[in-house]
Amino acid sequence: MRLGFIFGEISQGLKRNVSMVISVILVTFVSLTFVGTAGLLQLQIGQMKGYWYDRAQIAVYLCTSIDPASSCPQGAAGADIKDAVKAKLKSHTLKAYVASYEFENHKQAYQHFQEQFKGNSVAKYVTAEQLPETYWVKLKNPNDSRIIIESLSGQSGVFEVRDQRSYLDQIFAILNAASLAAIGIALLMLFSAALLISTTIRLSAFSRRRELGIMRLVGASNFYIQLPFILEGVVAATIGSVLAGIAVIAVVQFFVQGYLATTISYMSFIGLSDAFVIAPAIVLVGIVLAAVASGSAINRYLKI
Amino acid sequence: MIRIENVTKQYRGSARPALNRVSLEIDKGEFVFLVGASGSGKSSLISLMLREEVPTKGRVHVLGEDLVRIPSRRVPYFRRKLGVVFQDFRLLPNKTVTQNIAFSLEVIGRSRGLIEAAVPDVLRLVGLEGKGDRYPNELSGGERQRVALARAIVNKPAILLADEPTGNLDGATSDGIMALIERINLAGTTVVMATHDKSIVDRLKKRVIELSGGEIIRDERGGAYRAEKPMTSSEGAGA
Repeated sequence: MRLGFIFGEISQGLKRNVSMVISVILVTFVSLTFVGTAGLLQLQIGQMKGYWYDRAQIAVYLCTSIDPASSCPQGAAGADIKDAVKAKLKSHTLKAYVASYEFENHKQAYQHFQEQFKGNSVAKYVTAEQLPETYWVKLKNPNDSRIIIESLSGQSGVFEVRDQRSYLDQIFAILNAASLAAIGIALLMLFSAALLISTTIRLSAFSRRRELGIMRLVGASNFYIQLPFILEGVVAATIGSVLAGIAVIAVVQFFVQGYLATTISYMSFIGLSDAFVIAPAIVLVGIVLAAVASGSAINRYLKI
Repeated sequence: MIRIENVTKQYRGSARPALNRVSLEIDKGEFVFLVGASGSGKSSLISLMLREEVPTKGRVHVLGEDLVRIPSRRVPYFRRKLGVVFQDFRLLPNKTVTQNIAFSLEVIGRSRGLIEAAVPDVLRLVGLEGKGDRYPNELSGGERQRVALARAIVNKPAILLADEPTGNLDGATSDGIMALIERINLAGTTVVMATHDKSIVDRLKKRVIELSGGEIIRDERGGAYRAEKPMTSSEGAGA
């Protein structure tokens, strides 16, 4: 094996189609950056799920004076109802699932509401009486929410029992769809990257058909003939995918950590350690993709 | 050394076979001319011996290899035992004479030391001493064919296949090339040469295999370009 010779052939091939090589680099760069960003988004969703699911509670909303009679026939919940709910939460059957619970009265609910909707016009019109009194129930295992919901929903004076995770699930579904869309676009771009690589390799083989003819004639092995072409594709794609890896790390460092994490302080964000998992993975994807694309291209072009 | 049995080669999309039930045997050290009109099957025969083509029917054995059954990954190693030259030289225009010859050794993984020793040797043998740094376009046709011959024999092949090596050369230059090929043959290399050149075949008095319409119509030792006695009238004129 003459390494010097092979590297000479590769650099000649790269120089010969500079513009195609640059386009391969750019396409792999952009498509793998997409793949990497989609991966980051998935990790972020996972992280947010872990964070919010831990904090999610079950809200037992009690009836207020403005609730419709169909669900609250007896009007606003009185002390007897509050005691009944409290008794139920303390009861033998539910005790095993409930970690803790807290009562929020009209006044506290009003304060929370004002904080949450600060600057929003709705904050001006709502009154404390319109906001329901609520038992906030924290479960030992958040997956047991169904049990609490079923046993408290029928209770008179209870307007609604709601697992906060159901709100989160909607948000996560949207984020998930966004990251799936990004992956879909990324796959499309990776496909075009593969086609571009194989076209570039075929062009390179065509421009060197004399050499290839002579190589076959004098008995150069297939491996020896194909290796420079495969490496040519791999070198170009590696440059692109390393750039994509750097871009992913930069996105996390400067956008997520540098901007998002400082601006939105109450949420936890993915960090550099996550980026250092994603970056090598996309470099690997880029290299394998290029090797397969250029290998199959040259294999079809060169029949011995 | 070369044994071809009952070979038929039918190319896709052509009605008539390029070779039709051809059998021949060539021994070690022989010098054989393949003659016949264009399209008579000379080049197809050489392609089969190189394993560029596989016969539609029949068997081809070259240097102990069954070329019908040989797995494709072994084909390159088989070809290293052959040397080939063509009418159009097939040199690389952007490489010097030395680089052209060295290229054929580099691509089969020979060491730098071996290449540096072998290339000047073979240049001396073909009479191109001191022209190693020239580019092909700075050489005459005869000199280019010498480079091609040097490249073909630098790896000391057992068989030299030559497809009209003098087809692009004038008479005197051709004689020089033929003298060189004879010397290669005398050194023990089997030579199979397809040609249209009547004067060369007549002068050298070697074995002549004449093809017509894909069939062997004459196989004669010490023969001339044309048969002594006239053959069937369908036989075409060569050069």
